[in-house]
Amino acid sequence: MANIRTISFDGVIVGGGGAGMRAALQLAQSGYKTAVISKVFPTRSHTVSAQGGITCAIASADPQDQWQWHMYDTVKGSDYIGDQEAIEYMCSVGPEAVFELDHMGMPFSRTEEGRIYQRPFGGQSKNFGEGGQAARTCAAADRTGHALLHTLYQGNLKNNTVFFNEWYATDIVKNQDGAVVGVMAICIETGEVVYVKSKATVFATGGAGRIYASTTNAHINTGDGVGMALRAGFPVQDIEMWQFHPTGIAGAGVLVTEGCRGEGGYLINKDGERFMERYAPNAKDLAGRDVVARSMTLEILEGRGCGPNGDHVYLKLDHLGEEVLESRLPGICELSRTFAHADPVKEPVPVVPTCHYMMGGIPTNVHGQALTVDANGNDQVIPGLYACGEVACVSVHGANRLGGNSLLDLVVFGRASGLFIEKALREGVEMRDASESDIEQASARLNRVNNSTGGEKVADLRTELQNVMQNHFGVFRRGDYMQEGIRKLADLRGRIENAHLEDKSSAYNTARIEALELHNLFEVAEATAIAAEERKESRGAHARDDFQERDDENWLCHSLYFPGEKRVAKRAVNFTPKTREAFAPKVRTY
Amino acid sequence: MLKVSLYRYNPEVDQEPYMQDVELDTGGKDLMVLDVLELLKAKDPTLSYRRSCREGVCGSDGMNINGKNGLACVTPISEALKNGKGGNTLVLRPLPGLPVIRDLVIDMSLFYKQYEKIKPYLINDTPAPAIERLQSPEDREKLDGLYECILCACCSTACPSFWWNPDRFVGPSGLLQAYRFLADSRDTATEQRLSELDDPFSVFRCHGIQNCVNVCPKGLNPTKAIGHIRNMLLSRAS
Repeated sequence: MANIRTISFDGVIVGGGGAGMRAALQLAQSGYKTAVISKVFPTRSHTVSAQGGITCAIASADPQDQWQWHMYDTVKGSDYIGDQEAIEYMCSVGPEAVFELDHMGMPFSRTEEGRIYQRPFGGQSKNFGEGGQAARTCAAADRTGHALLHTLYQGNLKNNTVFFNEWYATDIVKNQDGAVVGVMAICIETGEVVYVKSKATVFATGGAGRIYASTTNAHINTGDGVGMALRAGFPVQDIEMWQFHPTGIAGAGVLVTEGCRGEGGYLINKDGERFMERYAPNAKDLAGRDVVARSMTLEILEGRGCGPNGDHVYLKLDHLGEEVLESRLPGICELSRTFAHADPVKEPVPVVPTCHYMMGGIPTNVHGQALTVDANGNDQVIPGLYACGEVACVSVHGANRLGGNSLLDLVVFGRASGLFIEKALREGVEMRDASESDIEQASARLNRVNNSTGGEKVADLRTELQNVMQNHFGVFRRGDYMQEGIRKLADLRGRIENAHLEDKSSAYNTARIEALELHNLFEVAEATAIAAEERKESRGAHARDDFQERDDENWLCHSLYFPGEKRVAKRAVNFTPKTREAFAPKVRTY
Repeated sequence: MLKVSLYRYNPEVDQEPYMQDVELDTGGKDLMVLDVLELLKAKDPTLSYRRSCREGVCGSDGMNINGKNGLACVTPISEALKNGKGGNTLVLRPLPGLPVIRDLVIDMSLFYKQYEKIKPYLINDTPAPAIERLQSPEDREKLDGLYECILCACCSTACPSFWWNPDRFVGPSGLLQAYRFLADSRDTATEQRLSELDDPFSVFRCHGIQNCVNVCPKGLNPTKAIGHIRNMLLSRAS
């Protein structure tokens, strides 16, 4: 492999979204040689699409607000399989991380007092669920992700982070001790393949919403980090937990923020009924996302959907008035006019639950260190590998993420990963170099794709995969449907592995990238399917017709999917926060 | 059937760029231009273009659509055909004025370099408070119409002044960002920023042609921002 160039860094971050850039910023500030590999120019990462805000108890809207209340909401929202130590860390460190964003220049909306504007979001409460609706989501109009992502990119420019923009990481390089010592990466513009060597490899590759046919996710959300981890033999956690966002624009999939309902919008069925009053008498339209998405789906299934095919419901906003809509929700007005041909000032927006977020991912501790378990079920750190943001499962979202918690997650744990790696590097990291055969092994898949001589088209296989996931692993799930889905996936595996890359050219060959992405989509889909079939209960976003109740006796735990044997194990949920007693599971109502 | 004329160039195969005519069955739907490209790519995977969010917020798929720069993902076919050039044919070319890497993909290095040149980050050397730096809603409002820029390059590559001097004229996008920081009440580097822009090229190559305003997919107004910078530079000189 003498012709493969090696580039060395202290820390390499794979992914240029919010989590990756926050981690990179921390490391770059510490003076360590840091690089970000991003398959798109960083500000084109999917964080840019986040709208409503970043939830955090900064006590602006309510001076009495406490991070412990936010913690309570998040634990309850997770349906009690979020790790309480991690949630405690996120909620307590959150304010500091948000204020840092302001200091970096993030253009938050403001209150009359000059503080950061906060709006109500779903699943939020005061006083541990006893004090009514809270307003805890810090916002930059309805473009919070855009404001956040650009601010972080700017912060990295200021701190001289090295960017490999439009480079694509293909596989993990492991040394003979099983430690992660970097990744193989391809320069999209030239086709050059290099070994990026690193003492710390941080996966911040985001989600994989493109495994479903209907998704709010960008085209680029193909689960590259999960795919690489699974191919390297590492497990993923709670991967069956997929959030369906209540308000994707029907037909287009494009997201309209929960902030619409936070600002006073509500859902209606074809009779004009505000149906959430029946399903969640207290929180109504601001119940947890899983609850709202299921309620909408039931309305549609029971014949009360809107439109000629009765296949969506309406989000009513016009009563808020043009001034509120144009100042608080300008991006939504634009998206709705463009994609729904509906002007929210005058008419309701057609919406339908749409795949939105991967709660599961690479298991990590609060420092971002990737974990596996040994034969006795004890946690073991995977040397050299870190993960943060959507690709990670630390786990703060458990079975259902609260709105506004994803941006907080990626900022807090991107930062935490950077802080920990800085300390580790200072103490000294000793890892054996990768051998030629290690690098060869990590290049095998790319070589196979480059040498393909036949097989089916990538686009056709991708569509087929997305339809299997949409039809067999959607909002409601059932054992026999899922088993059928798993059989279809088994048939797809070989066909996808052997998909045909006809175009072997080097310069900006997006066909090659899409072929490699399809492998990752498949890995995520298969793990999702097998873990979903295995979890025989309903919890959070995982709703089964054949096991309708939550089963704390058997399933108050994480699932851990091992790719080699395609086996699902259980891993304990953390119930030991550091500064207070744990919130015990109770029946989850809104 | 929709007629599409595509700019094609693969440096490894083609001596020079050419326009390829293809037809697509859109099922009578008024698709977005990006959807057209996705359908064409499913048939011919060699077609290259950038795309990510498909909702007009990431800025990946800026291209020249029937003679006018815009984002493929938020431009319906019907709008594209109204742009004038091409009649009933959808004509897709790369953004003009910068080198083409392949098909609809341009090399944006110079564009990004101009962005980096204006120091696109908040500068404030006073110690940060324990909470956020306070900013009144009125001061925050000054950033509206500026911070929303998605760096798609539709404006700068529509600007004749940028075509002539892409290395020395910052261009509408970069200057919009420059003003975004000049206008931010939390930024303390106004003097430094202005002095770095105070030369015959960086700002003053703008001749108010307003192509930038005409094409911005986010409805922003770089010309107005450039006017503000100009006024700041002139009042500083007097």
